[in-house]
Amino acid sequence: MASLQGYVDHRVLLILQDGRAIVGVMAGFDQKSNVVLSDSKERVYSMEEGVEEIPLGLYLVKGDQIVLIGELDEAVDQAVDLSTIRAEPIPPIHY
Amino acid sequence: MLIFSVFKTLTDQQVTVELKNDLSITGVLKSVDQFLNIRLDNIKVLDEARHPHMMAVKNCFIRGSVVRYVQLPPESVDTQLLEDATRRESAAQTKR
Repeated sequence: MASLQGYVDHRVLLILQDGRAIVGVMAGFDQKSNVVLSDSKERVYSMEEGVEEIPLGLYLVKGDQIVLIGELDEAVDQAVDLSTIRAEPIPPIHY
Repeated sequence: MLIFSVFKTLTDQQVTVELKNDLSITGVLKSVDQFLNIRLDNIKVLDEARHPHMMAVKNCFIRGSVVRYVQLPPESVDTQLLEDATRRESAAQTKR
């Protein structure tokens, strides 16, 4: 139903329970929304400096750590100069 | 299962989903599954200036387990019917 199928081979943004944001190409997923990302990078946000991108490579993210998966509009994403963006990191999940 | 059915009747409606990390996302409800995972199209994050992280994201998949609230359009929910249905379901469960 609300399947992840449409995101395979697309560049996606993952937001995790601890507030981390990871971008990568979705290579695969399963029933539990475990996700494999290829060519992934973590985006570290802070108010002091622009966004820092840390290369992570091939990543498997457990489904229970995932908050949100968004499809990136690559044209929009590429047009943004990350070094000019200052923002608080996304807050972690609290129950 | 009842709430799953309710959400299915709400597809293509504009909803606002508040997450447990205090992010609120408005968008068109595209689909729901049995875990109440939600797919939203044409999304907008509330207070975009504070949360530029999702600027380039147009549609998203939200994991059901991190949803705190879903704000529904009142005109597309029959609250009386929903009240009856929830009571019937909980009565059926306690009988078992």
